[in-house]
Amino acid sequence: MSVLRTTLLSAIVILLALGSGARAQPLVADLSQHLVAITAGFTGADIVMFGATDGPGDVIIVVTGPPKPTIVRRKGRLAGIWVNRESMLFADAPTFYGVAASKPIDEILAHNQLDRHQIGVDHIRLLPPNPEARRDDIPEFREALVRARQRDGLYGGEPGKVTFLGERLFRARMALPAKVTTGTYRVQMFLVREGQVVTVQTTPLLVSKIGFGADVFDFAHQDSAFYGLIAILMAAAAGWTAAAAFRRI
Amino acid sequence: MHVYLPIAELSVNWLTLLVIGSGVGFLSGLFGVGGGFLMTPLLIFLGVPAPVAVGTGAAQILASSVSGVLAHWRRQNVDVQMGLALTAGGFVGSALGIWIFTLLRQAGQVDLVIRICFVLFLGGVGGLMLVESARTWFRQATSGVRKRKLHEHNWLHGLPFKLRFRSSKLYISALLPLAVGFAIGILTAIMGVGGGFILVPAMIYILGMPTQMVVGTSLFQTLFVAANVTILQSITNQTVDVMLALLLIVGGVIGAQLGTRFGARLRGEQLRILLAALVLAVGLKLAFDLFTTPDDFYSLAPEGLG
Repeated sequence: MSVLRTTLLSAIVILLALGSGARAQPLVADLSQHLVAITAGFTGADIVMFGATDGPGDVIIVVTGPPKPTIVRRKGRLAGIWVNRESMLFADAPTFYGVAASKPIDEILAHNQLDRHQIGVDHIRLLPPNPEARRDDIPEFREALVRARQRDGLYGGEPGKVTFLGERLFRARMALPAKVTTGTYRVQMFLVREGQVVTVQTTPLLVSKIGFGADVFDFAHQDSAFYGLIAILMAAAAGWTAAAAFRRI
Repeated sequence: MHVYLPIAELSVNWLTLLVIGSGVGFLSGLFGVGGGFLMTPLLIFLGVPAPVAVGTGAAQILASSVSGVLAHWRRQNVDVQMGLALTAGGFVGSALGIWIFTLLRQAGQVDLVIRICFVLFLGGVGGLMLVESARTWFRQATSGVRKRKLHEHNWLHGLPFKLRFRSSKLYISALLPLAVGFAIGILTAIMGVGGGFILVPAMIYILGMPTQMVVGTSLFQTLFVAANVTILQSITNQTVDVMLALLLIVGGVIGAQLGTRFGARLRGEQLRILLAALVLAVGLKLAFDLFTTPDDFYSLAPEGLG
């Protein structure tokens, strides 16, 4: 279903791209949805990205989740027990990071270019807010951060595939796991020719809690005393109902 | 069959939660303890963050203790006076416990302290109970039923502010139940347990209460302390997940009723040996985890939280 819909949408996009007004744009692209709703039954979502180029070239798509300050802690042995010891704060660690490309990314762009555009898990800029402190063990903590996020499926290891349908029309798919953080995601689509980024198109993607779950979360954080009271009443009522119900049996 | 837990922020199969709830409920009905000491580690094992497991555990304990107290109330097995004295101590203790919990969370050590507390208390209480119940069983098997004094007199009976607790047939210092309640209150807040597995032995061995009054009175006290912890955790740490609590409660209350019925057929010291073995097993498992080398030495946390 979504493939058909995407193909139709892509056809419209390419028609627009080939039309008179859009002639000047080398890359036109969009997403299958601009809002990912986390509802009570949320188990993850698939985002389909598609678009058209004005000629041959390679396409790289980077999806970045909202950056959050994140602490990485290292365990050490203390009297035989594993205890959290050293820690490092990373100021802007993306909560999600995924890449899709039409070829392996290091065949498309040189390392310094990948670094500059933060394309690929190894090229994300992850640094403590004051890099002077603990210069020497940053790589280990950085690696641990990436590893932990990859374990949760939040940082894609291998880049996904951008598939070209013909020479100009492309599409890619990216999976968001159930654990995603809410907020505004950034979808960047790079058009690369001869080792140079020709153009970048940036599209926002909103991931937000919708419905009951969202209401509960907001309620718990905004009116926490009242929320606690409701929780107590609910629990007490459940206990009372159970005792009353089983008394009759 | 997945349900999204809004505070824990993860999707879990709701059947799993019902099964865990009813399994723990069955054991708590059987042994007359809240079952929090099993619930919290199981939730952590499922992937629920430890702070959320602790906060939500309090709400679940509240429900099971309400259900239990009503059953014991009808049989007049609740010493209200003693329960209120324990509760007064418990309120102060749980407020202090929440404060400690928040500090630990900021220091990044809350997981460790929860685990260590579990190991120490489960190991200690389980071991003592196993020895005591085995001895009772052995003595009864060899020399038949021997008449025992209500309780032993020791220095604890020399403390001031003595009060008469009629339903328990006790004349002891009011400081004793206050202190016991205070200690249990701290544990409830930090470990997300009702403390029944500590409170029950403490009431028998320290306060010297008659065994038939102990379970009902312990549940009575747990009810108030768990309600207090639920609301304090909601306000201070926002770690009570009502969705998770509701699913655990539904499973728990059904399991507890079945457990109570099943428990009526077993002898007292047999029950205590089984409970002791269970408590020890959980404690050993947690102790084992503390000492084994972790798969990854590193862990992540959002800034400011544990």
